[in-house]
Amino acid sequence: MFRSTAVRLSALYILLFALCAAFLVFYVTAMSERLLAQQTRQAVQEEVTDIQRAYERGGINLLLRIMERRARQPGANLYVIAGPNGEILAGNVASVQPGVLNEEGWTDIPFRYEPFSEQGTPRFHLATANVLQLDNGMRIMIGRDLGDPSRFRYIVRQALMVALAIMGLGALVIWFGIGRNALKRIDRMSAASQKIMAGDLSQRLPVGRSGDEFDRLSDSLNAMLGRIEKLNEGLRQVSDNIAHDLKTPLTRLRNKAADAIAEDSDDLRRAALEGIIAESDQLIRTFNALLMISRVEAGSIAAEMTEVDLSVISADSAELYEPAAEEAGLTLTTEIAANLKVNGNRELIGQAIFNLLDNAIKYAAEGSGPPQIGVRLETADGAVRLSVCDNGPGVPAEKRGEVTKRFVRLDESRSKPGTGLGLSLVEAVMELHGGTLELSATDEARVESPGLTVTMVFPVPKP
Amino acid sequence: MQTISPNSPASSKTPDESTGAKMAVDAIVPHMKILVIEDDLEAAAYMTKAFREAGIVVDHASDGESGLFMGSENAYDVMVIDRMLPRRDGLSVISELRKRGVNAPVLILSALGQVDDRVTGLRAGGDDYLPKPYAFSELLARVEVLGRRKGTPEQDMAYRVGDLELDRLSHEVKRAGKEILLQPREFRLLEYLMKNAGQVVTRTMLLENVWDYHFDPQTNVIDVHVSRLRSKIEKDFDKPLLKTIRGAGYMIKDEG
Repeated sequence: MFRSTAVRLSALYILLFALCAAFLVFYVTAMSERLLAQQTRQAVQEEVTDIQRAYERGGINLLLRIMERRARQPGANLYVIAGPNGEILAGNVASVQPGVLNEEGWTDIPFRYEPFSEQGTPRFHLATANVLQLDNGMRIMIGRDLGDPSRFRYIVRQALMVALAIMGLGALVIWFGIGRNALKRIDRMSAASQKIMAGDLSQRLPVGRSGDEFDRLSDSLNAMLGRIEKLNEGLRQVSDNIAHDLKTPLTRLRNKAADAIAEDSDDLRRAALEGIIAESDQLIRTFNALLMISRVEAGSIAAEMTEVDLSVISADSAELYEPAAEEAGLTLTTEIAANLKVNGNRELIGQAIFNLLDNAIKYAAEGSGPPQIGVRLETADGAVRLSVCDNGPGVPAEKRGEVTKRFVRLDESRSKPGTGLGLSLVEAVMELHGGTLELSATDEARVESPGLTVTMVFPVPKP
Repeated sequence: MQTISPNSPASSKTPDESTGAKMAVDAIVPHMKILVIEDDLEAAAYMTKAFREAGIVVDHASDGESGLFMGSENAYDVMVIDRMLPRRDGLSVISELRKRGVNAPVLILSALGQVDDRVTGLRAGGDDYLPKPYAFSELLARVEVLGRRKGTPEQDMAYRVGDLELDRLSHEVKRAGKEILLQPREFRLLEYLMKNAGQVVTRTMLLENVWDYHFDPQTNVIDVHVSRLRSKIEKDFDKPLLKTIRGAGYMIKDEG
């Protein structure tokens, strides 16, 4: 019960509100008391002045007359005329707290007195008064009733109780407001998280319509979940693909090994074993490429970034591939702008271009376009663009997003050698360099073989 | 160093019967002695056996501390050091060896990725770097080249294989006195091959040393360059010099 935030918060609020209420009640009563006392003093002071004047004018007789008249008025003040020894001679008071009449001037603290009571049961009241000594030794006290002290306490207690009742009610409302509503939403969120943790990534946290903090939290957590789900899906797909794409060569490897054992002729066995080695090499390449991609994607190579001359890298790559292109019956054309430098990793950029050139040579021969591949380096739209183009069959526009994914190979190219990882690596390299990879047709007009142009778009380095 | 060892097991065979890689080692570096520091015992056993078959004397240490001890107590022609070792990291073994004045060339083996770790490996004092998994022929070719390096002064101004001559200063290539015109890259390719004459150089080594890229060329790009070069230096001559070693790479050699 106390583990619930709602209960704890409510308890804390009740305590705080109760303290505030008590303070408020006492403060207000004290203030009003002081105000009343002030008014009382003022009224009494005026009467004292009146009576002093009357005594000076008409002596004791006039004084008595006036006092008697005033004492009879309803709701009158307290009037006492006492002898020099403090015995009450006249007035509307039965008795006062002893000692009060002995001191002249204002009574500092309220004192008790007993009014004349019709019922005959003496009840003490509180009063404050001004005591005046006449020149004949008599004392006159004019005061004001402050009421029954128990009644005063009763009023304060009453006010406190009402305040606390309101506080309690408020606490209940808070509890319902926060606990039953808002905090229940957190409970629902954690219930949903439990399900997600159990493996159901399609679960989403509940989102209300108010767009408050909870909804915003749910929204961003849901967005995060969406991203995780997508990544997870990608990962699952990759491992599925890895399993599938490695199973095939492993099966081939196994079959070749079985063949080699069964082979009687030394030459044929040797050939079979060589086939096994070639197959293993291909597998190793695939693993190397996979490792490379994940390392590039993890960005762990970023430390080795320096200024590299893309013009030199492009020209070197073209020079490296020119004989291979020629052997495949292709002409390699270059169009390389001089002195274009970016911040990057030469090895990775080189490997990316090599991958693109490998692809270009592989596919250009199949197309019906001119037997040509090309390397172009230029600056356009504030970016350095390095393109490798071929006149092969190209990639249909709707599949261009697909082919950069790991192991994705279009059906037409399944029969060709390759790991299906080349473009994935190029894309990872571009991401590491803060650039993008663009795929387009070399020549849309050629319906039969539009060709593929892959462009590595590098951000221009800040000067 | 250039004499053929009469005791070498392969010397009785004709070159055609033996694999090229094996033949090269037996013929050129009869008693190379190397140290292999590798904690994977199965890999080490395979490596040791294969090196011995290639005529190389192998010592093996299975952790960093004993490897450091053996490396500083004995003189080796080459050390093959795994990067991740128990008791002492491979890179620290190398820098400690260098501190103790051991200058034998070191080849670093690593299961880590290629691009960045290569640089740290070479900075630590390694001379070559081979990422796992590797083909043994690649390792063997690199160990041979490293082992012979101290015997081949870098300042040799001309190389000669049979009747083929290469002048590093004037960039002139002649065969039987006839000048052969080469492209600059072809010249560097031939220069590297001739510098390591009689030894197998792999495609990866060619890409590294001629083009300065450090990864495995997955297609035939290098082969096409080599065959272009070959046609230039062999076209009008009877005797072939530049051989393709199957499953390994290339070797330039005068069969005599």
